[in-house]
Amino acid sequence: MTDEDATFDMLAVLSDPVRRRLYRYVAAAPEEVGRDAAAEAAGISRSLAAFHLDKLVEAGLLTVSFRRLSGRTGPGAGRPAKLYRRAEGEHAVSVPPRSYEAVGRLLAEVLENAGLDRELQAAARAAGAAQPDGRADDVEAVLRARGYEPFWDGETLRLRNCPYHALATEFPALICGMNLALIEGLAPGQWSPALNPCPGGCCVALSKKKTH
Amino acid sequence: MTDSHLAQVNIGRIVAPLDSPELADFVALQPEINALADQSPGFVWRMVDADGMDATGIRPAGNDALLLFNCSVWESVEALQRFTYHSDHLRVLSRRREWFRRMTEAHQALWWIPAGHRPTVDEAMERIAMLRENGPGPQAFTFRAPYPAPSEAARL
Repeated sequence: MTDEDATFDMLAVLSDPVRRRLYRYVAAAPEEVGRDAAAEAAGISRSLAAFHLDKLVEAGLLTVSFRRLSGRTGPGAGRPAKLYRRAEGEHAVSVPPRSYEAVGRLLAEVLENAGLDRELQAAARAAGAAQPDGRADDVEAVLRARGYEPFWDGETLRLRNCPYHALATEFPALICGMNLALIEGLAPGQWSPALNPCPGGCCVALSKKKTH
Repeated sequence: MTDSHLAQVNIGRIVAPLDSPELADFVALQPEINALADQSPGFVWRMVDADGMDATGIRPAGNDALLLFNCSVWESVEALQRFTYHSDHLRVLSRRREWFRRMTEAHQALWWIPAGHRPTVDEAMERIAMLRENGPGPQAFTFRAPYPAPSEAARL
């Protein structure tokens, strides 16, 4: 089996709509998710959720840990709960085969070496502002549609997923600066996006501008 | 705990003098970012000039007023990486081209030191020179090509 075949097999696990709902819920959750919460979110029974969640684990799309949700320890504290979160790593297939990731890395390397951060940021800001959804009032929906998986952390809108994760890991200053500019471009005026990294997620967070 | 610590040096050529309007935002951010480093997990030490606040008064290459120098010590590569790329320090990095000229040669180096050792300016500049001459190796390396601490290597 080729790597591509293996990826097709893994992603085929997501062809089941119930599993897809469960996967999306777990992947976008800020913290690890228990069976009960996942079942409720997907609108299915706990045992069916358990079955599908374990299929997603088998496929390598989710990982499992065990923790007592009560916070208590020792005898009488109850059995630790099985908790799910999105597995590290990313899987992409393209039909027909295309390799934008390799191109992205090459372009990023050239931009990095040429020191073209500001040119990239200007282009990203313009691209963000130019999109049809760019001035939509519902910035949360716009960000969700672009794969950022936004969630509220008090007054701050944080982003659970970095759509440019692999490149951002390799070229943090370049790609995170680009990402900030892109979000600045697409967020309506009352928002102020800023670099404020959260563990595991996107480096950009948004807050509402104070109105006086 | 490990008996090795990680030293890092980076140099950067600013686009204008420190007291110019071009560098005003950078200078204004210094106290906040230095305080952040000092409080970061795994931070051990950073070199400061005679003023004792930061390293902006240190000039490694003699009289070159536009070449800034920065040197610090950390418990691990991961600790330094977390501060550099996963803290508010990223805000400075994303604006680096407003303040610093592009350098074609290596301008940052990492190397392992015995815990307790404090690098000197000359020692740090030597590591950058090693990296420029030989590429990454155990004596001077980069985030993208890290080498394990000597004690870790011995245990393997």
